[in-house]
Amino acid sequence: MNFDLSDDQRMLVETVASFVKKQSPVTRLRGLREDAVGWQPAVWQQLGELGLLGVMFPESVGGMGGSFVDAALIIEQLGTTLVPEPVIPALVAGSAIMAAGSAEQQRRWVAPLVEGKSVLTLAHSEAATRFATDAVATRATRAGAGWRLDGDKRWVLAGHAADAVVVSAQTDAGLALFVVPRDSKGVEVQAVKTMDGAHAAMLGLRGVEVGADKMLGEPGAAAQAALEQALDVGAAATCAEGYGIMRTALWMTVEYLRTREQFGVKIGTFQALQHRAVDMFVECELGKSMMLLAALTVSEGAAAPARQSAVSAAKVQLAQSGRYVTQQAIQLHGGIGVTDEHDIGLYFKRMHVLCTLFGDEEFHLTRFARLPGFTEGVSAS
Amino acid sequence: MELAFSPEELAFRDEVRAFVREGMPPAIRAKAAVDGNFDMHEIMEWHKVLYRKGWVAPHWPKELGGPGLDTARRFILVEELELAGAPHLSPFGLSMVGPLIIQFGTDAQKQRYLPKILAGEEVWCQGYSEPNSGSDLASLRCRAEDDGKGSFVVNGQKTWTTYAQYDDWIFCLVRTDASAKKQAGISFLLIDLKTPGVTVKPFLTTGGTPAFCETFFDNVVVPRENLVGPLNGGWTLAKALLGHERTMIAAVGQSARAIRRVKRIASETRLGAGTVLDDPGFRAKIARLEIKLRSLQMANYRAIAGAQLGKAPGPESSILKLRGSEILQQAFELAMEVMGENSLTWFNEAGVVPPFEQWVPSAFNYLRATTIYGGSNEIQKNIIAKMILGLG
Repeated sequence: MNFDLSDDQRMLVETVASFVKKQSPVTRLRGLREDAVGWQPAVWQQLGELGLLGVMFPESVGGMGGSFVDAALIIEQLGTTLVPEPVIPALVAGSAIMAAGSAEQQRRWVAPLVEGKSVLTLAHSEAATRFATDAVATRATRAGAGWRLDGDKRWVLAGHAADAVVVSAQTDAGLALFVVPRDSKGVEVQAVKTMDGAHAAMLGLRGVEVGADKMLGEPGAAAQAALEQALDVGAAATCAEGYGIMRTALWMTVEYLRTREQFGVKIGTFQALQHRAVDMFVECELGKSMMLLAALTVSEGAAAPARQSAVSAAKVQLAQSGRYVTQQAIQLHGGIGVTDEHDIGLYFKRMHVLCTLFGDEEFHLTRFARLPGFTEGVSAS
Repeated sequence: MELAFSPEELAFRDEVRAFVREGMPPAIRAKAAVDGNFDMHEIMEWHKVLYRKGWVAPHWPKELGGPGLDTARRFILVEELELAGAPHLSPFGLSMVGPLIIQFGTDAQKQRYLPKILAGEEVWCQGYSEPNSGSDLASLRCRAEDDGKGSFVVNGQKTWTTYAQYDDWIFCLVRTDASAKKQAGISFLLIDLKTPGVTVKPFLTTGGTPAFCETFFDNVVVPRENLVGPLNGGWTLAKALLGHERTMIAAVGQSARAIRRVKRIASETRLGAGTVLDDPGFRAKIARLEIKLRSLQMANYRAIAGAQLGKAPGPESSILKLRGSEILQQAFELAMEVMGENSLTWFNEAGVVPPFEQWVPSAFNYLRATTIYGGSNEIQKNIIAKMILGLG
């Protein structure tokens, strides 16, 4: 057991920290909130050139063969200034392709992503899925040598401008995953805005015909396992970004307490506010601990039950800690905290998005309590 | 960064498990399986079993009797013992005065005290709080005056001297300079409880157990060589000790067992056609607490991995005390809730409630102390606000 960063990881963190500070202050997100795309392709390519999109992928697709922990460390840093590029959706889609696809499919789709030349995302959520993988209504039926897709996907992150979308669909032989280029015939894209200033898509799949080479692996248990793993990568990634946000919101608030004066003194001298700030600090430390647990567990390729236990626990902790820290950050800023002009509200909004994506608190609490490990060893206590 | 244990570390874990299987006396094993409520005699019996194995002080340096285990192995040892339900050893010697003597004591003091702490031949308690000095510890008034003949004469009163009635020695903070600023006039003194003039009076806690004592000092003569650290330098030791105490009272293993007990009670308490453990509402409550504990456990891993051998943990260890104390209370609160009307029981004869429920109401009461002792949680927050957040 060891929680120290390696020299390489320390360098990686410094690289990203310097990138976000110099090239992506929060003003960049502000400027892109009303933009039709919401991120900058040039910056996406820059992230690729810096190697930041490939750290968790193997060398066979041009990646650095690193670990998910490295990706989590990057994502945490990106969270500190709310970098708007769709890193999490792309890593989730890439993970699904790496888990379910052939070597050829991996090279075809993930290699350009690693270089920052394309954006991928996952289209899984539907009106009735509510974060689970067992209620997909989108259908995939045989059409000649290929497949025909029909269904409605919702809140596809970056789906309005992604180059290709990994779609989950039901076949007669079970769940299957397909890579669908966004410009395929029959793909209806309704661009929508999300609370955090980003954009997503409501995707209609109206008889979309794709070749057999677009299906990742075979339908059935393997595809479902790949999807679940990819969703857990997403959940673990939200914990990492969430910690970056918590930590930033905490220190912004502490700085405010140190400088804001009322009643002739700095408000940070009031014990009631000091103790609130300490509670925020405690939540940050716990959030960090759990984001590390989730990242390490995903990284070390744990079996599904252990991975689900760690990821769900971390996601519940994110909901608890992240919500508390950002809510109290606004409270301690007072009225200014509720203005659009002040950045603290942007962190609050992003935190809500992160808490909801890839399974909210209720979903993960229930999943955690149903895992076999939950009742292990009870009779021997 | 790595979460998993290495094969060598896993082999060590098997060694610990085998030792617990074979080395734990049957009477202790039987209690561990049921209520885990050990008396002082059983605690000291287990202390001596661990001493003979060389594992009684995992965090002590090897040259002073520690087992020379690295961080991961120390952690494995402590966690496995907790999970096996082994008695908690008295911390006052092994985890409190021992590390302080190691850090601040003279060679003579190390030779005099440390071997007997290890062997369990001398048992210690803590003399810090006084009736009028709780959170404001530095206001303490128990005084030690130099008699000019190589000794101090101690007069005053200490309170919350846990289990002093069973103990041999007490380590005290005493006032040695009444004219100095309050923190600057305090010294750290070791006092033999058998010295004439020392009176120990046990009293009941709300848990119905005689864990607390008042300890009175009436012209108690203490040799000057029992002073640890410099004269009037006791506050530095007190602060160092608070660091040691905070990691210790994260109580992760204790809470883990408490939550396991909650599940066991829930699995054996009927609710309609099933049990309380089948009820999604109760299950979610238990899951929520277990996740809180897991966060604390990870924070504790980080603190343990970060702390160097023999070095006191930094102020960030305060979060472990804050959260650990709350979680332990919440675990017993949840146990009471799961027990339903059985939670009304109070020291009834065996069989009125199942054996593993017997001690829950007592602990539920006594454990209100966890957010108070070792520096109340409000004091911990003051420390974090000042030392880490720079507020004040």
